[in-house]
Order: sequence, then structure tokens, then C-alpha cells
Amino acid sequence: MELLDNLALGFATALTLQNLLYCLIGCVLGTLIGVLPGLGPIATIAMLLPATYALPPVAALIMLAGIYYGAQYGGSTTAILVNIPGESASVVTAIDGYQMARRGRAGVALFTAGFGSFFAGCVATLVLAAFAVPLSELAFKFGPAEYFSLMVLGLIGAVVLASGSLVKAIAMIVLGLLLGLIGTDVNSGAARYSFDIPELTDGIGFVAVAMGMFGFAEIMANLSQREHRETFLDKVTNLWPGKEDFKRMMPSILRGTAIGSLLGVLPGGGASLASFSAYSLEKKTSKYSAEFGKGAIEGVAGPESANNAASQTSFIPLLTLGIPPNAVMALMVGAMTIHNIQPGPQVMTSNPALFWGLIASMWIGNLMLIVLNLPMIGVWVKLLTIPYRHLYPAILVFCCIGVYTVNNTTFDIYLTAVFGIIGYLFAKLGCEGAPLLLGFVLGPMMEENFRRALLLARGDFTVFVTRPLSLGLLIAAAALVVIVMLPAVKKTREEAFVEE
Amino acid sequence: MQIRSQKDFASGLMFVAIGSVFSYIATTYNMGTAAKMGPGFFPFWLGILLAVLGAIITMGAMSAKKESDKIDQWHWPSVLWVTGSVVIFGVVLAYLGLMLSILVLVFISAMASHEFHWKGTIVNAVILNVIAYIAFIWGLKLQFQVWPSFFTA
Repeated sequence: MELLDNLALGFATALTLQNLLYCLIGCVLGTLIGVLPGLGPIATIAMLLPATYALPPVAALIMLAGIYYGAQYGGSTTAILVNIPGESASVVTAIDGYQMARRGRAGVALFTAGFGSFFAGCVATLVLAAFAVPLSELAFKFGPAEYFSLMVLGLIGAVVLASGSLVKAIAMIVLGLLLGLIGTDVNSGAARYSFDIPELTDGIGFVAVAMGMFGFAEIMANLSQREHRETFLDKVTNLWPGKEDFKRMMPSILRGTAIGSLLGVLPGGGASLASFSAYSLEKKTSKYSAEFGKGAIEGVAGPESANNAASQTSFIPLLTLGIPPNAVMALMVGAMTIHNIQPGPQVMTSNPALFWGLIASMWIGNLMLIVLNLPMIGVWVKLLTIPYRHLYPAILVFCCIGVYTVNNTTFDIYLTAVFGIIGYLFAKLGCEGAPLLLGFVLGPMMEENFRRALLLARGDFTVFVTRPLSLGLLIAAAALVVIVMLPAVKKTREEAFVEE
Repeated sequence: MQIRSQKDFASGLMFVAIGSVFSYIATTYNMGTAAKMGPGFFPFWLGILLAVLGAIITMGAMSAKKESDKIDQWHWPSVLWVTGSVVIFGVVLAYLGLMLSILVLVFISAMASHEFHWKGTIVNAVILNVIAYIAFIWGLKLQFQVWPSFFTA
């Protein structure tokens, strides 16, 4: 069995003492930051990126993956205990999880989230391992035209499946693409939009964009409102669910895992979409649908399994095709580039230890999270009692140090400040930041493939529709837009996101 | 015609403006031909696309079916304290070193809070200094000017 050989290689890489240690550090740090209210995986990964610079690539990626899961796990903890989802993927967890906490079942809710995530993580790791080889073989058939069309599909998918206004989200993507083009053009060497500022000729750092828009802007928004929060921090006792709880959560976990694994692979899919869909599915199929919104265990088990499964399978397009399907994966592209790894189908063949090691470490990371976090719940709960007035200066300090160390230049700090204000402005105007970040990372790749495709076709624009694979991808993208525009779908889509 | 959604109206105009500026600047670069594109080609058309999308959003904001909304007030104190503290951190980092700069950053940013206390802020700054020293200087060995340059020089 080739799959088993590959996994064996992966575990041999991931199970070295050094890599295990970095996986553990990643999980702990990710949870630590992710538990803090208002800090989602994007801000967490951007903030902790400098911690990985000095590491060898394999260890760095293993640690980053750990940070990602940790952040997500931390986000669910905050959602359940404080009713503040740290990230969009745990928005729906907050609905029933917080209600469970109010009824004195916070411990059971936390256990359900952890157990569901672990189960989903195991399945998703297998899915990832199984699909990786055939998909990357397919990727070798891709020319520049196919890559361009695939990116179009990915970007359209990202907005269609997200919440909010469709046209505005597409505009944000285009703006992100444009910002990504700032700097030196690789083909001609001409500096574009750099206004003779030397730092800008290298382009805008993605860490500055991510931290400004998801870190600083969030702080400004939080500070402008005085909030009273009702928390259930002292009531986390009795983690173990009863027999009845297990009976009710298992089907939900299975359904959540299935729907999450599937939606994670889709371009534009990912954790948020998966948890929303899983919640609606649970609500529709459950015998206890009347209990939803009042603390139904299915409302925690389904979405939590789904978002963990999806966050893992969303590595599939990244690792096999080199295309990030969502903003978190876009950040992983940036992280990989810092370590001189160009994500794409060649990673698996040229660096199999890294590829399979990363996959194996995902499973190990999930195991660590459940073993580590359930006993350590008390520590995370303590963190939640730190008042925000002490928390946000700390976040600023870590963001500033993080962004400075990318290139050791203060220019990046100023740039982050600018993106903080831009992010605040966008929030006021109801424009989402995630599509912009995705576009930003894809911008240069997209231009490169667009230009190469037309160069090969001698300037014939029909190349995108005459090659069957490319045409298929573009038709899929167009179909997505049309489907969302249909009145019936439009209505349900709006309703689905109102549930927040 | 009436502006029903202020958010969409303003963001639409913003996209039109940004798109136009990007396209305009792109015309100063070599456009090339479709077969051999210059650096101006892709950004020029993206800029046009952004401007068109912006126009659509602006028009949509005036449609009768659009739900009306208002742009929330900016909370200037938070924006200025937070941004200011970060910019000043960048300015002083090379001269004061990391330790003192963190102090500056924590104090200025703390001003943005409704519940500013001297004592709590000092404790916070000291704790953050210790963490930063252990994690970044000692642990990760990142390159920083740690102490003020007039001490070490």
C-alpha cells in the first residue's frame, strides 16, 4: 500500500522529538492566543509567525499547523464560555455552546467540542492523505491557463460562499489583487506603484496587511464600545458527558465530519462555511430541533466537528495545487514562501518528508490538543479573566515585534498602522477583510499565469475557453455566481447568515 | 434618487476612486501587447474592473429595494491612540531599544482605554518586557536593539 508507506514516512518525520516539541509548542501557543477574545486564526498565525523563522521548514510548518488548530480550539472555548466567538468559524458554536454554559453544562460543551474536533481531525487527515496523490497528479496536467481559471474559480467561490454583499466582496478581492501587484514586476523588473519608496519595491508584506486589518483594526473597534460580558468562568466543572449526551452527539459528529471534509476541499470553502452548514443541517435533521438555541448538544458537536474537518481538508488545494482556498491558507502560502517553499504539486515529489510529515503532524496535533486542553481548561479560563485594558496593549506589543522581525525594518510597522486604519474604515463601510487578503496573496500568481497563458497562446484570449479543463473551471465559476443570484437561493443565503 | 445605504454608497465611490487611480498610474507603465504583456497591462484592466464594480455598488445603494443603513461614527480617540502608539514605537525603537519602546507603546496605547490606571499599566508594561526579553531576545534570538543606543554605544 503506497498510502501506508507515505503515512509511515510522515510519522517517522513528525515523531522525532524535535518536531513533536514544535507541534506541542504550536498547539499551546495557538490556544493561548486563540482563547483571547477577538483574535481569530488569521491574527494568531500572523502574530506567531516570527516564532517559526529560525526553525527548519518542516518544523516551522508543523508548528504553524499546530498554531492554526490551537487557535481554532481556543476560539471555541471563548465562544462557549464568554459568548464571544474569536473567529467566524465558531460563531455558531456560541449559540448553543453558551446556552449550555448558562445551564451549568459548560464542561460538557467544552468536552463535546474537543472530542468532535478530534474525531473529525482523524478522518480529515485520512481524507487528505488519500486525495493528495491523485490531485497532485492532476495538477501536473495544469498549464498556466488552467491555473488562472482555477484561481478565478477559487476567488469567486470564496465570496459566493461567504456572508455579506456579493459585489462588495468581489470588489474587495480585486482591490486585494491590485495591492498584491505593488512592487517589482518579475517579468520586466519595473517597479510598480512604489512611488520611489525603496521598501515598497519589494512589495507590501502580507504580515503587515493581515496584522493591520485583523489585529489593529479589531482592537480599535473593540475599544470604541463599552461592553458588559456575562461569563461562566467559575462553573467549569464536570467535563464528562453522560451516556445520553454521547448518544446524541455521535450522529452529529459523524454528519459534521462528512460535511466539513467535503466543504473544506472546495475553493472558497473552509472552516466558517462548514460550521454554518453543519449547524443548519443539525437543526433540520435533529429530533430535538426545538432545543436549538437553548443549549442543544448537537448544535455544538456538529459545527465543531465540521470546522475542524474543513480546516484540515482545506490544506488539500494548497498542498496539491498550490492554490489557497481561503484567507488562512493564503497566510500559510506566505509562511511557506518565507521558508523558501513554493506550494504546489512539486512539494510532494521533491520534498516528501515535509509533505507527509505535515500531514502526520496534523493528526498528532489533534491528539495533543485533546490530551492537553481538557486538563488545562482551568488555565485557559484564567486567561479569559484578564481585563481587555491589559490585553490589547499586549497584543499591540506582540504584533509590532512580529511585524518588525519579518524584515527587520520599522517601515513594516508603519505599514501595519496604515492597514489598521484601512481595516477600521472597511469595517465601518461593511466591507470584509478576508477576501482582500486572499486576493492579495493570489495577485502576483494570477498575473503570472495570465501573462504566461497568453504568451503561449500568442495573445489569443480564447485560450481560456478552448482548453477543456480551463473552460470547465470557468463554467463552474460562472455557475456559482448564477446560482447565488437566483432569488430563492439568495433568500436562503441571507437567512443562513442572519443566524449569527 | 435617494441614498438608501450610506455604507454601499461610500464604499462604491471609494472603489471607483481607487480603481481609477490604479488604472491611471498603470498607463504610465509599458502596456505591451496581449502576447507580450508589459507591467501595465494587468493592473490597468484590474483597475477598470474595480471602478466598474464600485459604480455598480454605488448605484445599488440608491435602489429603492436596498435596505437603508448609516455609517457608524468613527471613534477617533481609539484610532488615534492605537495608531499613534504603534507609529511612535517604530520611531523610537532604534534609539530607545526594545525594552523602553515597549514601555512607551504600552503607556500610549493604554490611554485609549476608558479605565486607564497608572499602577495597572506599569505592571502590565513590566510583565510584557519580561516576556519579550525571555521569548524574543533570549529564546528566539531575534535581532533587536535591546537597550537604549546611548547606553551601549
